[in-house]
Amino acid sequence: MSINHNRLDLASLRARLGSSRGKEYWRSLEELADTQEFQEFLHREFPKQICEWNDPVGRRRFLKLMGASLALAGLNACSRAPAEAIFPYVRQPEELALGKPLFFATAMELSGVGAGVLVESHEGRPTKIEGNPDHPASLGATDLFAQASVLTLYDPDRAPAVTNIGDIRSWSAFLGAIRSLLQAQRALKGAGVRILTGAVTSPTLGSQLAELLKQMPSARWIQYEPASGDGARAGALLAFGTPVNTIYHFDKADVVLSLDSDFLTCGPASLHYTRDFIARRRLEEGKTEMNRLYVVESTPSNTGSKADHRLPLRPREIGSLARALARHLGVPALSAAEGSVAPEKWIAAVARDLQQHRGSSIVIAGDYQTPEVHALAHAMNHALSNVGKTVTYTDPVEAEPADPVESLRRLVKDMEAGQVDLLVIIGANPVYSAPADLNFAASMSKVGLRVHLSLYYDETSELCHWHIPQAHFLESWSDVRAYDGTISIVQPLIAPLYHGKTAHELLAAFTDQPERTSYEIVRDYWKTQKAGGWGAGQTAVAGTQSKPDSPEFDKFWRKALHDGFVPNTASPQRSVSLRTDWTSESVKRSSGPLPSGELEIVFRPDPTVYDGRFANNGWLQELPKPLTKLTWDNAALVSPATAQRLGLSHEIAWRGGEHGQVLADVVELQFQGRKVLAPVWIAPGHADDCITVHLGYGRKRAGRVGTGAGFSANTIRTSDSLWFGSGLSVTKTGGRYPLACAQYHHNIEGRNLLPSNTLNGYKKDPKFAQQEFPDPLKTPSLYPGFQYKDYAWGMAIDLNSCVGCNACVIACQSENNIPIVGKEQVMRGREMHWLRIDQYHKGEIDNPEVYYQPVLCQHCEHAPCEIVCPVQATTHSAEGLNTMVYNRCVGTRYCSNNCPYKVRRFNFLQFADWETASLKLLTNPEVSVRSRGVMEKCTYCVQRISHAKINAERENRPVRDGEVLTACQAVCPAQAIVFGNINDPDSRVAKLKKEPRNYGLLAELNTRPRTTYLAAVRNPNPELEKT
Amino acid sequence: MSQIFHRSTNTLSKLSIFGALFVLASLAWLIAGLNRSSYITQVWVAREQPVQFSHKHHAGDDGIDCRYCHTSVEDSSFAGIPPTKTCMNCHSQIFADSAYLEPVRESWRTGKPLQWTRVHNLPDFVYFNHSIHVNKGVGCATCHGRVDRMPLTWQTASLQMEWCLECHRHPERYLRRRDQIFNMAWEPPPNQIEEGWRLAGEYKILDPAHLTSCDTCHR
Amino acid sequence: MHERLRGTVNSSEQSPVIEPGYTFASVTDQISAIVLRRGTPLGWIVGFTVSFTVVMVLLFAIAYLFTVGVGIWGINIPVAWGFAIINFVWWIGIGHAGTLISAILLLLNQKWRTSINRFAEAMTLFAVACAAMFPLLHLGRPWYFYWLFPYPNTMGIQPQFRSPLVWDVFAVSTYFTVSLLFWFVGLIPDLATLRDRAPRRAGQIIYGILAMGWRGSARHWQRYEVAYLLLAGLATPLVVSVHTVVSFDFAISILPGWHTTIFPPYFVAGAIYSGFAMVLVLAIPLRKFYGLEGFITMRHIVNMAKVMLATGLIVAYGYMMEVFMAWYSGDTFEWAMTKNRMFGPYGPWYWALIVCNILTPQMLWIKKIRERVAAVFVISIVVLTGMWLERYVIVITSLHRDFLPSSWGMYSATVWDWATFIGTIGLFLALLFLFIRFLPMISIAEVRALLTETEGKES
Repeated sequence: MSINHNRLDLASLRARLGSSRGKEYWRSLEELADTQEFQEFLHREFPKQICEWNDPVGRRRFLKLMGASLALAGLNACSRAPAEAIFPYVRQPEELALGKPLFFATAMELSGVGAGVLVESHEGRPTKIEGNPDHPASLGATDLFAQASVLTLYDPDRAPAVTNIGDIRSWSAFLGAIRSLLQAQRALKGAGVRILTGAVTSPTLGSQLAELLKQMPSARWIQYEPASGDGARAGALLAFGTPVNTIYHFDKADVVLSLDSDFLTCGPASLHYTRDFIARRRLEEGKTEMNRLYVVESTPSNTGSKADHRLPLRPREIGSLARALARHLGVPALSAAEGSVAPEKWIAAVARDLQQHRGSSIVIAGDYQTPEVHALAHAMNHALSNVGKTVTYTDPVEAEPADPVESLRRLVKDMEAGQVDLLVIIGANPVYSAPADLNFAASMSKVGLRVHLSLYYDETSELCHWHIPQAHFLESWSDVRAYDGTISIVQPLIAPLYHGKTAHELLAAFTDQPERTSYEIVRDYWKTQKAGGWGAGQTAVAGTQSKPDSPEFDKFWRKALHDGFVPNTASPQRSVSLRTDWTSESVKRSSGPLPSGELEIVFRPDPTVYDGRFANNGWLQELPKPLTKLTWDNAALVSPATAQRLGLSHEIAWRGGEHGQVLADVVELQFQGRKVLAPVWIAPGHADDCITVHLGYGRKRAGRVGTGAGFSANTIRTSDSLWFGSGLSVTKTGGRYPLACAQYHHNIEGRNLLPSNTLNGYKKDPKFAQQEFPDPLKTPSLYPGFQYKDYAWGMAIDLNSCVGCNACVIACQSENNIPIVGKEQVMRGREMHWLRIDQYHKGEIDNPEVYYQPVLCQHCEHAPCEIVCPVQATTHSAEGLNTMVYNRCVGTRYCSNNCPYKVRRFNFLQFADWETASLKLLTNPEVSVRSRGVMEKCTYCVQRISHAKINAERENRPVRDGEVLTACQAVCPAQAIVFGNINDPDSRVAKLKKEPRNYGLLAELNTRPRTTYLAAVRNPNPELEKT
Repeated sequence: MSQIFHRSTNTLSKLSIFGALFVLASLAWLIAGLNRSSYITQVWVAREQPVQFSHKHHAGDDGIDCRYCHTSVEDSSFAGIPPTKTCMNCHSQIFADSAYLEPVRESWRTGKPLQWTRVHNLPDFVYFNHSIHVNKGVGCATCHGRVDRMPLTWQTASLQMEWCLECHRHPERYLRRRDQIFNMAWEPPPNQIEEGWRLAGEYKILDPAHLTSCDTCHR
Repeated sequence: MHERLRGTVNSSEQSPVIEPGYTFASVTDQISAIVLRRGTPLGWIVGFTVSFTVVMVLLFAIAYLFTVGVGIWGINIPVAWGFAIINFVWWIGIGHAGTLISAILLLLNQKWRTSINRFAEAMTLFAVACAAMFPLLHLGRPWYFYWLFPYPNTMGIQPQFRSPLVWDVFAVSTYFTVSLLFWFVGLIPDLATLRDRAPRRAGQIIYGILAMGWRGSARHWQRYEVAYLLLAGLATPLVVSVHTVVSFDFAISILPGWHTTIFPPYFVAGAIYSGFAMVLVLAIPLRKFYGLEGFITMRHIVNMAKVMLATGLIVAYGYMMEVFMAWYSGDTFEWAMTKNRMFGPYGPWYWALIVCNILTPQMLWIKKIRERVAAVFVISIVVLTGMWLERYVIVITSLHRDFLPSSWGMYSATVWDWATFIGTIGLFLALLFLFIRFLPMISIAEVRALLTETEGKES
């Protein structure tokens, strides 16, 4: 990563100008400004909407605004509205009533595995993603990637057309181009054909590939997922001799030990697991039982922050800890060698706790841990006889489980050897994401014809002959399996915006029916599934001859689409037995303990941009990452102690300060002979002597938002140490790099903002959180309070449940048309999120307890903002909402100054994008798009309240409890946020507010917040409790 | 040395004092008037349309119910603009070859939508919902006037906030029985006020405090 | 016929408010000559050109501001108010001396005010003009500024009268209007003088119109006196009210560091403090440049220095009380804010302000320093800086670290902040230059009245 990556790369600019066809020489700077480099240089740090001066539109608007604002006289009051045109339908679709949104069920795939979603569609525009309550992997919640996917759908940077070496071509031209080559390959049984995909669980795609391989037996199919570990598969092989898919039942577990597993926020089952896990921590209606979570991990994670006991260890040491623990639990035939690094006391206590909960405990290993640790985890679960109770096994959900790295190595070898004539890359971006030691790009250049299907014209596309724009999942027909095997049919919400093709259609192009649409392909596949019972078939053949639709198939099809999943397709449980000889192998694999002080490097997918596929998604880029709270960048995370040892630090800058710009030391990370420059971030709770770097940054060709942000960890990532490895050397360069950090100050300064207690403490004093204000809404006052006859909306947030997954933040952004502002503005402390997750640390800095606190507008009864607004732009509604009227706001910002919670956000510049056409489709028509100079804030999703109220009033009934779900509440996998009418004593929120843990933030200010919090409680093991 | 000013200037200067006040006052009055004038609000201004569609003819003479064309008025925020198909339901038979209706037939042939000019145009930051008004006893004519007497449609209400508030502050003045909603000719009964209160109770209409809360119309 | 006045010159304490040897004629000549003389002094031209260029900078800054938005400034969340408000309060404060001198001292029958009240009032007007600009500039959508005024509108909605910002609108506009009237009424007799002495027709007409037909008849004088006294009565409460209301902007809020009952008195004191400092900063060079030592005598300078000293002590008391109450209240946030204010990142600003506003003025206890014009000049400038720092400290340090540590932040001004601030200083000076060129900077009529009175005493 170049530190001052603002510099315009003139060399490449010249190169481009030289190479550009058609335009022989450039005549004006205007033209020069059209070049990619220049655009990138402009948009690297500012999303388009901010750089006023740089694009012609901006300049035009400059003059427009100039005129508008210099004619200040306020005459705009007496100007008539421009005439507006209405275009009615010619033939109006039956189900569509203008002004009413429709919801469709589909599924989103991430790293091959799917989760069901419901998509809100306004007049044919998908605008918002909700979870599908009936889908096992969603249960009504979604992760932040699903929330942000609508932005990717409308991303103006998506590849617009089929291109051949940069020139626009037609789909049929592509078909023509490959035909002859296919003829030749068919003769050779496809010896020269390689198909590279990500993980595939789609039955249809699986069968298509199987079919293709049947026609070309010597062709090869490679699956590579840069962000999903192979440990689970290999571990299962090691333990059982057969790959299985492990499913954990946290709803049945009292004690959970996580070996480097972030099961609450990572992985295809995280939503389900979070729901189950948190259900066992709920302390409502006098419940005083909680599960207990032990976490051993290197990099601080959301799961780690929920742990009752957390032990930071270097990844390699986790292996030895697992062995030591397994010994305690009586796992047979383990080498009694090698003293464990973990305190014996700790291990003994955990072992005892697990022993005491045989059959109701879980040992779960992280995806990025070694097969050996996975095998040990399996063994421990067997030893604790959890299998069949809290841990069950099924067949793998992948169509064809394979060792990703191994197959990738073989592909590279074949390419090197020049044996590959046709390489088809579907979805993946290996040039960016493949391990550095494979030199994928170099060896790929030896392939005769390279075809790439992807959403964006990215690093890989650049090096391919053909690039086919991929259809977004909201534009596609397909199917996908969930973590438990449940199959969902993926249906499109909108016709492909950029004529994208699906993987099905691309594969069809290599068969004798190249023009089949994915609709036909998927439908035909499912027709053939009748015989084998719905969804069972792996080997079935995609219907080559399409039968006439039988009515019961139609019935099945409609139901599957309507429900969002195919009933009873969850893979059946299967029983497996531990191999007896595996331990010896594992001992062979096990390496001795690391000498302390030797640095280890840890690779992890980024919590927001994942493996880089979301790099151009502004919502995810600007989302403060859990625990580091960084935006727009990745960094090298080190523990405070290690940072001190290496003399690394960072400090706040004057601009923005604690909640803005941080200047971080830049280090050179050298790993196995490769180097990369990275800014340092000190992460309390990080394991000593190791450094975590996140993947997904340093993209060279992501788009206007993602290109150039952060550094690419892939440049030092090697195939033999995909997730961690030792032998890292760190050298301080002396440079400083500005990071945009949304919250730098995690010390609560002894203020009583976030009371917490242990389970025993809670039993002794349930009201520990309330202090002198048992009911925040009844603080003493000289004035009579407001009277509420009908509704009084309020919210309760259970801090004991919140896992800090950030899904609510993106949901809010998507629901309320919240703009992104870009790194530059975040560094000034001007990000716009209405809902933020405050994070405070307690305890010692090396391994602090982490507490999350989602903070949104508290909708105070005595709102300080209301009395200071000179124009009544923010007022108290008859239902106790603190309403914000954008069109009345003149922007004095007094309300924000007077808000003790600082939840108000101001449009310091024109943040909302009014130019980009495709982004206009994204906006939620129920919420105003704010202009510059206007204050905004959380409204409790007033548009949803109005909607529910109008429906209720039309039916002459009151709004039912649970009828209004705020956007944040709807997506929360932990159900930590509850909203409703506090006037109704039977409403869930009213009940929660009666809980003893209920307290009001800063209640002593007598603001009477409508949003209250339920204090967090931990359940430490008495044996380990620090005194 | 000669006088600089003529005697008359004394009177002038005295006048100017009051003159200034007068000018300022009338200017303010002018602006206030202009803002409410039909030049700004476009009230009473008939809009040109691609097809000389006459509500007078359809709603008035033929007595077609509003909901025949404005289908979603009872259950959606948007009353609905009839698709070309609705026109063709009748006009494939009646006036099937009238020159007036050529644009309609063309739209039907080509599938290109007709482009009407909006008559009632609220600002984007106002969230008006037809269904709730129609369901709570606000008649079409209350806001749209005697559409059944409009050969070309025009606005009869300023649609300015003060106009909205008038009704949201005193709903009882305007409420009518549900069966009268679509009756263009409805006249308020002499006992409208108490009748209005009665209906407000019957329809469970929230009190003005709710109706005038900002978030009722602005989000 | 006018015999010399006997005044002992050695001690400024008894030094006369007007040097001996002046006659009606000489007074009129000397003062009106400044305006009516043909050529313009080079110093004036240079000074005006410089300040006018700075005004251009201001205009550019404003144009860019209106085009792009307040985002060009350093403000953010949590520090949503920055230079704009700081400058507003500072200028308003400066704008206090004028009316105080002319109104209150008039009512208190302080003769020495006469020769400084005119340009003190002018200074007030210009300062308030500069100040009044900021509330408008700092709006996110300035083109809707008129929504702060109650007027019959089509929205059926009025300003929110509980908001101090609305009170500001009234307080400032009233203050400006009354000060303007007061100043103009005072000018009328002198305008007449100028009309009569203007060599050229144009001048005669312009001054003539402004003089509103003043003939100096007994009836004119009698009414003039009444009007002037009435206005003085009107203006007096305003002097107190304006800055009290401005202080409410802060005192009404719940923010630690703002939510203080002591604000109104100590804001007013601070205002007069900076006001007098500004008068001195202007008076001292002016009397030198235009040789007006006869009119603006040591007596004036010393008296104003004393007023500064007095108000400075009140301000010091205010600071003390703020800190004491923060500690005494036992309020976590208040006390944390105070410690942060003193020793946090903005600590240097705080101590600088203590030095400027409390320590430096203490030198004025010493007679020698009081009577050293240069020293008083320097001290006045220091005080002006101090008062600006005070506003900076109050606004920024209270906002940047308030209740929730998660939302703490920092503020740093951008080049546009500075451009706007310096720009207003330029505007202020430019207006002042125009004033001293085209209007008598010392009230001829009143000084002559002074002569007659002293004469009367003599005989």
